[in-house]
Amino acid sequence: MSSEQEQESIRCLVAKVGLDGHDRGAHVIARAFRDAGFEVIYSGLHKAPEEIVQAAVQEDVDVLGISILSGAHDTLVPKIMDGLEEYGAKDDTLVLVGGVIPDEDRPELEEAGVSAIFGPGTSIEETIEFVRENAPDR
Amino acid sequence: MNADNEALLEDLLAGEHRALARVISKIENRAPGYRDLVSALYAHTGDASVVGITGSPGAGKSTLVDKLAEEYRDRGETVGIIAIDPSSPFTGGAVLGDRIRMASTVGDMDVFVRSMSARGTLGGLSTATADAVKAMDAFGKDRIIIETVGAGQNEIDIVRTADTVAVLVPPGSGDDVQTLKAGILEIADVFVVNKADRPGADRTVQELREMIELDSGGGFGGGGHHGADATSDQSGTAVSTREATEDEPSDRWTTPIVETVATDGTGVETFIDELAAHQSHLVDSGTHAEKARQRYAEEIRTLLREDVHAMLESELERAGGIDDLADAVHRGETDPYTIAGDVLEPVRSCLGELETDRDE
Repeated sequence: MSSEQEQESIRCLVAKVGLDGHDRGAHVIARAFRDAGFEVIYSGLHKAPEEIVQAAVQEDVDVLGISILSGAHDTLVPKIMDGLEEYGAKDDTLVLVGGVIPDEDRPELEEAGVSAIFGPGTSIEETIEFVRENAPDR
Repeated sequence: MNADNEALLEDLLAGEHRALARVISKIENRAPGYRDLVSALYAHTGDASVVGITGSPGAGKSTLVDKLAEEYRDRGETVGIIAIDPSSPFTGGAVLGDRIRMASTVGDMDVFVRSMSARGTLGGLSTATADAVKAMDAFGKDRIIIETVGAGQNEIDIVRTADTVAVLVPPGSGDDVQTLKAGILEIADVFVVNKADRPGADRTVQELREMIELDSGGGFGGGGHHGADATSDQSGTAVSTREATEDEPSDRWTTPIVETVATDGTGVETFIDELAAHQSHLVDSGTHAEKARQRYAEEIRTLLREDVHAMLESELERAGGIDDLADAVHRGETDPYTIAGDVLEPVRSCLGELETDRDE
């Protein structure tokens, strides 16, 4: 039927997890994603991993961007990945981590299923380009 | 229905959250086969009660919805929430931020919150919303709450999906002429003066009360007939409902005014009681069935309009695209009325032929 034009839009959850209270970066990325034509759900500050999982599952997001500056990434991020797996959402969600992540912690996050880590100085264009190229095709 | 959607439907009916989320995405994306999926959902719907919450931006809709969901959960009911936010007219992008304010129920999967952006135009949103409500209903949610964008007149379309419509009016939302204007206030089954602890709340309540009293003829929610439904040629029924008012007071719904402070939960129980009172009013007065019928009629109309619209778009493409036609008008060679007539001519003659066939 000709009326069934697909109106697909990339859906992203921009998430702040844990105790870190700095969300300027998350706001900037949310706005940039919006301007790139994505639908962005912003989690708000101080979310527990299970809250992020709940939002990611219910909102059926293609991309989960976790912004974390507190240094607690090595405990919080794997918890989120496990939660996604529990709901069968891990395989087709593109998970990105942005923030201050020491080089030695990266392999562990990647092993947990994080597709890319964007450290300080990453350009917004680069991030958007990465999402466009890697957002799961469902 | 294709095998994928078949499996998805099965999972949804089995109560898998991921399947519900995926079905709503398919509805929003108008993914291939979504129509078959929604048709199949219909057989499993009808048990949920649907409340629409609307009001101007900043009226406190999300916070009130959060408290409402919490109260329903305390009563052991499951809740589905559809929160609609605006999308950019330029990029189509959107920041969907209502979820942040729904903090009372996080971690509780029996509150299913889904953010929708107002993507697309021409009734697309209201169709998607109505279909998403069907999905949540079929999933087994007891209560479904639709929270609208909060922009104004076009809200009316969306809240038609709901059995009961609550309009939030924040204190100090203008002088009393505002209450005389047509539009959003007319669709209310319940008024909520939220932020009732703020200065000006008493005056707002007073203005609303005067407005309701002025409405002695029974226009506001009279028998559940909204002003917005007037186009659906239901006036005959509406009049007879109104005449019965004197003898059977129960047939007439007087829009109540509830004062709430959503941030601390004040008044939320009263609000729920009024919502429940309206629901039983709908059933007792027989308007529930009537409303459902009107809603289906509207759904059919919307679908037909969308289909015809799509056919016209492809017809326009065949006629050389809208840009060329617009240029031709700009050059002064023709005018929009002539073009519309020309483009529609083949459709008209086809329908004409059909009619002749039927006559024979």
